[in-house]
Amino acid sequence: MSNASLDDGRRRFLTVVTSGVGLVGCAALAVPFVSSMAPSARAKAAGAPVEVDISQLELGQMLTIEWRGKPVWIVNRTADMLQGLDDLVDELSDPTSEQPQQPVYATNEYRSIRPEILVVVGICTHLGCAPTKKFELGAASGVSKDWKGGFYCPCHGSLFDLAGRVYRNVPAPTNLEVPPYSYIGENQILVGVDPQEESKDV
Amino acid sequence: MSNWIDDRFPATKVWEEHFSKYFAPKNFNFWYYFGGIAVVVLVLQILTGIFLTMHYKPDAQLAFASVEHIMRDVPGGWFIRYMHSTGASLFFVVVYMHMFRGLLYGSFKGPRELVWIIGMVIFVALMAEAFMGYLLPWGNMSYWGAQVIISLFGAIPIIGDGLSEWIRGDFVVSDATLNRFFAFHVILLPLLLALLVYLHIVALHKVGSNNPDGIDVKKHKDENGKPLDAIPFHPYYTVKDMFGLSVFFMLFFGIVFFVPEFGGWFLEKDNFTPANILQTPPDIVPLWYFTPFYSILRAVTWEWLPGGAKLWGVLAMGLSLAMLFLLPWLDRAKVRSIRYRGYMYKTALTIFVIAFVILGYLGTKHPAHIDLFIFENVIWAQVCMVLYFLFFLLMPWYTSRDTSKAEPDRVTG
Repeated sequence: MSNASLDDGRRRFLTVVTSGVGLVGCAALAVPFVSSMAPSARAKAAGAPVEVDISQLELGQMLTIEWRGKPVWIVNRTADMLQGLDDLVDELSDPTSEQPQQPVYATNEYRSIRPEILVVVGICTHLGCAPTKKFELGAASGVSKDWKGGFYCPCHGSLFDLAGRVYRNVPAPTNLEVPPYSYIGENQILVGVDPQEESKDV
Repeated sequence: MSNWIDDRFPATKVWEEHFSKYFAPKNFNFWYYFGGIAVVVLVLQILTGIFLTMHYKPDAQLAFASVEHIMRDVPGGWFIRYMHSTGASLFFVVVYMHMFRGLLYGSFKGPRELVWIIGMVIFVALMAEAFMGYLLPWGNMSYWGAQVIISLFGAIPIIGDGLSEWIRGDFVVSDATLNRFFAFHVILLPLLLALLVYLHIVALHKVGSNNPDGIDVKKHKDENGKPLDAIPFHPYYTVKDMFGLSVFFMLFFGIVFFVPEFGGWFLEKDNFTPANILQTPPDIVPLWYFTPFYSILRAVTWEWLPGGAKLWGVLAMGLSLAMLFLLPWLDRAKVRSIRYRGYMYKTALTIFVIAFVILGYLGTKHPAHIDLFIFENVIWAQVCMVLYFLFFLLMPWYTSRDTSKAEPDRVTG
């Protein structure tokens, strides 16, 4: 066969088409591999709600539970602690909870359903460390002289108040997340489930 | 016998091309030990890794206990594990020295751009390998270190959160994360590293080794075409490298036998407690070889940047690595070796090394504390970050204005 009989245009067309089909095939093959790395059905199901009994939780104390593999804090805030929340407004980056970091029923000045009971995901919104509680006031807390109580993240020094609201000029960009939760009894909290319609009216 | 093989496989040809008739410049000095040592450390990591895999369990329930099992119950298990953990840190010592040699003698300059680029890909792959290996003991520092670094991807706009969930395979670092990191650590990255090292050497042997004078040794050849200033790699450099290796191994086994944790620098104390998803260690720091880059990440605190400081911190860290890739094109000097460069490059390199070391030191400290003079650590980190980037960004300017000395015609020894 002589070169004269070569149809270059046809050959180029076939090269492009076969390479193109091959690439599409490779991309299609990649789909099951890539999607196999996404959270599995079991990991998604592990988001099951967690029931917590807070009858033993005394005033000013904190309880840590595990929900979806994350720490969730439940704090029984004293009247003093609640009062202190008003004084901080100027030092906070989002004092009125404008950012959607909480369900609608917790979008209030205490960021909770019952004012005294705070339920919040204990994961820093900067890079996901678990902050430590610093409930002592002033220098005793080791945070600062005029510290009014809250949470301190050991990784990069972010500060949150007793409603999980983030201070200004710290690395964390937003307030701590309030998970969906509801009361299923006088002292029973169900973390992970929004309140039923009727209980929302309460 | 050798004929029989050579007719079917180019054994003698390969041996001659890469060892007995591969001519390397005769003036290699101390800095030329580290490439060979790095290869041996890679082999040692693979060897010890295979034996650790025989006893290790990549399962969040079992991993921590299986490492303790290796340390206490497996005959010689502690020795194999300490070789692996010491090897990881010393791998970075050796690689940093090897890279610094490139900066000293201009080994990244043409025609060795690809040798340098492949080497940089090896460095990045090695960082991934070390990071994933660090999760495997499932200690508390393993867990929270991985949590922080994977969260960095969450800073990427739009796809960030989905991407970090995909990397973890869960909403937090969990068993799924441990299992895939194990797969990457023992299969994907070692294979990739072996391939990349092969390509690094193929590219090097195509263009030939640089040398402390930075001049081309192929210019002067004898009547047989053999370069006058070069000697065969084997036996000359194989024997020299064996001497270097024996000194290296004295250090290596000194650490393995006497200070395997190296005061918390090679194995951190917080990693001797099992992962606790409810409690972050009070001082969370990466291992020393990541701290210069970690410092750069933390140094960006300017909230007014569009997209937020977190995103720009991640970008700055990525850029600090990207700069190294661009080195062959940023340097406009006509000479390669520091011996014949002017004061500008010498000054710039000195400042760069000091800034890099300070960044590394600060990466192990709390950003808000004062561990150097007067200013908070974060201010020092910002200053050093700027110096780090200026070394690269101003390089085209100062290397083209620098007054270089005349290079010798032949190597000076």
